[in-house]
Amino acid sequence: MAGFISEFGIILYATLIYTPPLLYAALGSCFSEVSGVVNIGIEGMMTAGAFTGTVVAYFTGNPWIGFICGGLAGMLFGAIHALATVRLGADQTIAGTAINMLGPGIVIMIAKVLFNSTDTIPLTAEQKIPMLFRGVFDTSTVFGRFMDNVFANYATTYLVFLAVILVWFIFYKTRFGLRLRACGEHPQACETLGINVIAMRFWCVCISGFLSGLGGACVTMATSNQFRPISIVGQGFIAIAAVIFGKFRPQGALLGCLLFGFCSGLKVVLGGSSGVNMHLISMIPYVVTVIVLVLFVGKSHVPAANGKPYIKSK
Amino acid sequence: MKKILALVLALCMVFALCACGAKTEAPAKVRIGMVTDVGGVNDKSFNQTSWEGLQALDPAVFEVNYLESKTDADYQTNIQTFIDEEYDLIICVGFMLADATREAAEANPEQLFAIIDDASIDLPNVACLMFAQEQASYLVGLVAGAVTESKTVGYVQGMVNDSMNLFGIGFIAGVLESCPEANVLQYNANSFTDIAAGSTAAKDMITKGADVIYQAAGGTGVGVINACDEGGIWAIGVDTDQSTLAPEHVLTSAMKRVDVASQDISKAVAEGNFTAGIHMYDLSNGGVDLAPTRDHIPADVLETVEAAKAAIIAGEKSVPTSVEDCPEFTLS
Repeated sequence: MAGFISEFGIILYATLIYTPPLLYAALGSCFSEVSGVVNIGIEGMMTAGAFTGTVVAYFTGNPWIGFICGGLAGMLFGAIHALATVRLGADQTIAGTAINMLGPGIVIMIAKVLFNSTDTIPLTAEQKIPMLFRGVFDTSTVFGRFMDNVFANYATTYLVFLAVILVWFIFYKTRFGLRLRACGEHPQACETLGINVIAMRFWCVCISGFLSGLGGACVTMATSNQFRPISIVGQGFIAIAAVIFGKFRPQGALLGCLLFGFCSGLKVVLGGSSGVNMHLISMIPYVVTVIVLVLFVGKSHVPAANGKPYIKSK
Repeated sequence: MKKILALVLALCMVFALCACGAKTEAPAKVRIGMVTDVGGVNDKSFNQTSWEGLQALDPAVFEVNYLESKTDADYQTNIQTFIDEEYDLIICVGFMLADATREAAEANPEQLFAIIDDASIDLPNVACLMFAQEQASYLVGLVAGAVTESKTVGYVQGMVNDSMNLFGIGFIAGVLESCPEANVLQYNANSFTDIAAGSTAAKDMITKGADVIYQAAGGTGVGVINACDEGGIWAIGVDTDQSTLAPEHVLTSAMKRVDVASQDISKAVAEGNFTAGIHMYDLSNGGVDLAPTRDHIPADVLETVEAAKAAIIAGEKSVPTSVEDCPEFTLS
């Protein structure tokens, strides 16, 4: 029993390590997709946030300024995506792909100029995102260790769950949220009712970039303490998958990200203790996602106007 | 319009290639070309160390240059570029370049090559620069076994293959040498890039009582060091001196002096005594060693390590190099 509690604590710990970056990005993706703009540039925006967060935290010494600047860097790339797709009516998939190439490229170039290396200088404990409830639990007992593994976590981990509630509230309980969803369903109708669809979508893509940037900053400022080119490898795409999995709803995206995080934790715990081939175990998160998607998740409602550029004159 | 665009682009590419070839000729100098693997020249690991070694060579004698490989497909073209430009020596960094190097060396028997971390090429124009990573791992294992209070140490590896396994075998042998009753927790992350997996594996080991963790897992290892830093236990670095990642909690690192190896082979070419075959870099020639950062290691432990090092160099002691000699190594 003690062994089980301990292993379960590790799985939950892993869930809470893997989930936050994905979840920030997934919430961002919700904003963009629900307003009607396909954003596959999440990965590039995360990379921008991951890099900027560590660099600003390193130079200012304050993790929160770094974290916010990480978001703003993502937002800048969001604005580029919005400019191309919303203002200029470019193909959304291609613009997103361009962002995914541009983000890492620019970031690595700046890193070479600043640090003469593709990695940033490691952050000290004061420059990192602080941990909450650290040292509160007595780690000499199995239960205390369990509580410590699960709850002594980064402040950003707690924040992301609050963010889910906030985004849910914005989407379903505010006038802004109603308009946002309407823009993704029927932009022409919105325009006739006096909603500025272009501005609405533009800002939603920017918010999407901001949240993705925060997600990236989580990886480099909490889970690790430095940016490396391998810091963001595919998390952006998993976040997009989680949004589709969650039927374009913030609460659904939460479940999607938690499932993926949980399976990743399972992967580590099983990989350490069983004799099963590691290549098979490494497949768990992906196989489970496919199975759940096929068996238990019904048809997803894609926002009707998602991916279609809105041109006023039509 | 499209045709003009295509023409312009084609011309751009032609000129870009010419630009590569138009480096000023300096026939008196010995020209060394280095081809990186996909890690790139700033990988904080052997590509970077190797390039730093070459840069430290006397610029009056040597002209050094590198080409970065973005994908596996670039190896062949990058090597060919240096052959076409008639470089004196081409250094290929990493076992991933083995096939490309072998093909190029067979096709150009006059061209000299050196490859790092691969011993499979047996040609008269190829020098294989190998590192006894098990010896450096053994030394950090001795340290880990000596400093552990819980008699539990952890080890995280990035991939299971014969070359990577040497890190684990050497480490475990070292731990058991200095603390025979120690329990070594082992984990294969099967990834060099999954920071969160490294962090989780380390947390798991800390929960099971580990108080020292060694990692040979690239980026995954960064997660391990981070979790050790937060958990207040010792981490041990690999390849380079990794103490900057967590100065308070990195005990020491097991270093591979790739810079020394690439300098040696370059100098040999300059002096005209290039020798093909395997060049082994181990403790005896300073090719592997503990990192300079060892302030956290107690003085008596350091003495034991130095004694073991001397014994290995003198041939009185050997470090196991196969799973058969170290049954405690269980990763597969």
